[in-house]
Amino acid sequence: MSELAFFIDHSRCIGCQSCVQACAECDTHRGVSMIHLETIQRSDSVQTAPQVCMHCEDPICARVCPADAIKKTPDGVVQSSLKPRCIGCSNCVVSCPFGVPKYRAEIDQMMKCDMCYDRSSVGKKPMCATVCPSGALTFTTMEDIQRTRSGIPINTWKFGNEVVKTKVYVMVPREVERVDVDLVQITSTPVSLAKDPYDVALMLEGAL
Amino acid sequence: MAKLPTDIPELVKQFGPTLHTVPPGGWVHTDQDEKLVKTHCCFCGQQCGIQLRVRDNKVVGFEPWEDFPFNRGKLCPKGVKRYMQDEHPDRLKSPMQRVEGQGFAPIGWDAAMDRVVAEIHRIQKTYGNDAFALLTGASLTNEKAYLMGKFARVALRTANIDYNGRLCMVSAGAASKKVFGIDRSANPWSDIPKAKVILVAGANIAECAPITTDYLWQARENGGKLIVLDPRMTPIARNADLFIPVRSGGDIGVFNGMLHIMIERGWIDRKFIAEHTTGFEDVIEAVKKYTPEYAAKIAGVPPEMIIKAAEMWGPAPTSFLLHARGIEHHTKGVDNCIAAINLVLASGRIGREGCGYAMITGQGNGQGAREQGQKCDQLPGSRDISNPEHRKYIAGVWGVPEESIPQKGLSAIPLVEAIHDGKIKGLLSICFNPAVSLPDGNYVREALGKLEFFVNIDFFLSETARYADIVLPGSLMEEDEGTTTNTEGRVIRHRQAVTPPEGARQDWEIINEIASRLGYADKFHSAPREIFEELRIASKGGVSDYSGMTWAAIEENYGLFWPCPEPGHPGTPRLYEGGKFGHTDGKAHFVPIEWRPSAEMPDDEYPIILTTGRVVSHFLSGTQTRRIGSLMEQYPQPRCEIHPRLAEKLGIADNDFVKVESRRGEIVVRAQVVKTIRPDTVFVPYHWPLDRSANNCTIRAIDPVSNIPEFKICAVRVSKTDAPTDAIAKLEMEAGGIR
Repeated sequence: MSELAFFIDHSRCIGCQSCVQACAECDTHRGVSMIHLETIQRSDSVQTAPQVCMHCEDPICARVCPADAIKKTPDGVVQSSLKPRCIGCSNCVVSCPFGVPKYRAEIDQMMKCDMCYDRSSVGKKPMCATVCPSGALTFTTMEDIQRTRSGIPINTWKFGNEVVKTKVYVMVPREVERVDVDLVQITSTPVSLAKDPYDVALMLEGAL
Repeated sequence: MAKLPTDIPELVKQFGPTLHTVPPGGWVHTDQDEKLVKTHCCFCGQQCGIQLRVRDNKVVGFEPWEDFPFNRGKLCPKGVKRYMQDEHPDRLKSPMQRVEGQGFAPIGWDAAMDRVVAEIHRIQKTYGNDAFALLTGASLTNEKAYLMGKFARVALRTANIDYNGRLCMVSAGAASKKVFGIDRSANPWSDIPKAKVILVAGANIAECAPITTDYLWQARENGGKLIVLDPRMTPIARNADLFIPVRSGGDIGVFNGMLHIMIERGWIDRKFIAEHTTGFEDVIEAVKKYTPEYAAKIAGVPPEMIIKAAEMWGPAPTSFLLHARGIEHHTKGVDNCIAAINLVLASGRIGREGCGYAMITGQGNGQGAREQGQKCDQLPGSRDISNPEHRKYIAGVWGVPEESIPQKGLSAIPLVEAIHDGKIKGLLSICFNPAVSLPDGNYVREALGKLEFFVNIDFFLSETARYADIVLPGSLMEEDEGTTTNTEGRVIRHRQAVTPPEGARQDWEIINEIASRLGYADKFHSAPREIFEELRIASKGGVSDYSGMTWAAIEENYGLFWPCPEPGHPGTPRLYEGGKFGHTDGKAHFVPIEWRPSAEMPDDEYPIILTTGRVVSHFLSGTQTRRIGSLMEQYPQPRCEIHPRLAEKLGIADNDFVKVESRRGEIVVRAQVVKTIRPDTVFVPYHWPLDRSANNCTIRAIDPVSNIPEFKICAVRVSKTDAPTDAIAKLEMEAGGIR
């Protein structure tokens, strides 16, 4: 059996915020949640998307940190900033392509998802991926995910010219190999969605 | 007396709701914990396994319980934060009596009990036994539900006991009993991912039964198709293969329309129908006129949607139906369920792997609490209180003459009406917050104010308890032990994690004490484990037979499914295998269903449909979840969901204050303009009290068979209004204020 890995499937997310609530309960987080649950556009849709730290192989946040405050563990988990080093400059906040690190003014430090390192380093699953009722967040083996899911996991991204590989995987339809993100739109998956795919009034008119 | 002793802001100041945000002792590392207790969530009918972290006799957090097979560690936000009820600043720790002009003042247990027993005696002697009523709840364990039913019939000898499952599972239960002879989900949840098509009718699974989501998505990974019926595009509907935005109350149009097409195209199992069912000819006749066009008119959706649904459901090799309050909370709630179940039965896809149906229970013990005899018409073991044989058996178990057991009493709504009419003078309630949860809230609160004597058992001073003469501090789920029966019919074990705080008592102790003082000490002295032993015997030979179960066997097996008729029996996860049904003829009985309008349809004066329901971070009347900080933060106040087309017509913009009014009452809330709801319908969640209570507007109309209220449709008008500035509006949002 291969090692456990983190998988995100946005299509499964129901926006319940179990992940947000449970993240705050992790021993080292002490009531503060490190996961972001994005509500895409509530007026148009109920779609939501959970965002944990993707734990890049070569983390941009660490590369741009002038104080060398962001460290990666030998097993590839990118940690929150080290308190004695962090100068609160927020370089990491603006450079992360996934929008993960957040500067917390009240402690003058950057904090972010550390994959519940106190749990995952001793064989337990991260809080969010244990409680998630929809399976949008899952911590399991690659074999298990390939056996149980119809989509495929990818961990390669292209932001402009920058190719990023991450420890965390995202489930996508089978035909997708890599997600390329330009400045304004995702280009790798050609989609032809209706203008307002979730407008109930249009559905009732048979317009969709 | 039973009128509010002082004004609401003063009561809120004294008793909350206030928010609890930090665990007792602060955020202390798990390595300081003394023990982890494997038990279950106190909230909904999924009854997820959870481990509670305990230190110094306090619940200080949770840890997922990944071995429990139903939820495998998964939890919704309510489950994650449930432990914040413990050590809550609002917790009641002393009996209290009403003090006019001031509120409530603590009194001793002895004095409180004296008063309760004297008032029961006085009311029953003056007005007759039935003038003292009981309102109980479906979040009580099986043991407590059994005790309440026995207490009513043996110690109070009153016919009038009913429970808040009357607002929840009774339509589903009555439908299943009529068609199959048994009131239980037919299949374990493990059958869901094996189905090739799943029909979810009126169930906001993502918010009201979140753990079931993974089962649905797993079915889709396996190639299954998902059909969802709901007036709103819920998170489940967003990813459905077919979302049918049905008009509230129009579901029968979809079901009968689908069956019409299935019959026409030969997608029915003639052999199964002939061998295992009765009455199909009548159903054929009934659905004849439900052509796609006719059906679509009733359902308020394009006919193509109904045709597509039939094409997905009809020829599928395996299928699963899930239904919940969306189709059940209607004056035709039972008929809605039967029309849906007819689709299952006509396809012959029941009683085998990946084939069947389930009703999603709402409350923690929504299944078990309706089997143990606290319904107005039932005795333990799902027995019928008007059946002489059933009465005789239970009289034997209880050691009382059969004729001493009262006959059928009033169900919840007629019971409250009898209070309003002055026929019922005294009330004991536990685990029920009718001031928020019953329809036509103004009428209900008026009724509570008419009681001569009202005693309430609860752990927080709920909005209903404010009307009490005596309040007795009871216990939380984790301060007691017992069993519940989850949505699958799986009987599971709740373990005690901590003892109640000094001054509070376990609910069963309180009831035993009252019964003893009424002169029935010989019949009311048992603790939960002994009560379960008695319950087993009382259920023996009944439909919901627990007689082969022991607490030990339940624990060893991660729960046992009833019927479990003898010791060592493995339990019955899947009912109706081999086409054997619960009726005496062994067959399932088709019932032809005809659509009829709801009690109040929109008109010129009140042109909009109001439908009500839940949000994911709150539970029922909110007594518990409106006291937990992070759950309030997630959804702090009710909002009125309204489609932009309707909003524009009414001159309403997102976040505006709006008044929602019906013929019975009104609320003022913020508008949430969303394209995910039908333009003829608005939605308001019902977890908040007073001027934020959606039930001020809902209608006090009930299904003739199940007596469930019609929470899912009434007529309202909606208008933009100014920000309210009265004393209630200024309260915190958890108490009914608005921001």
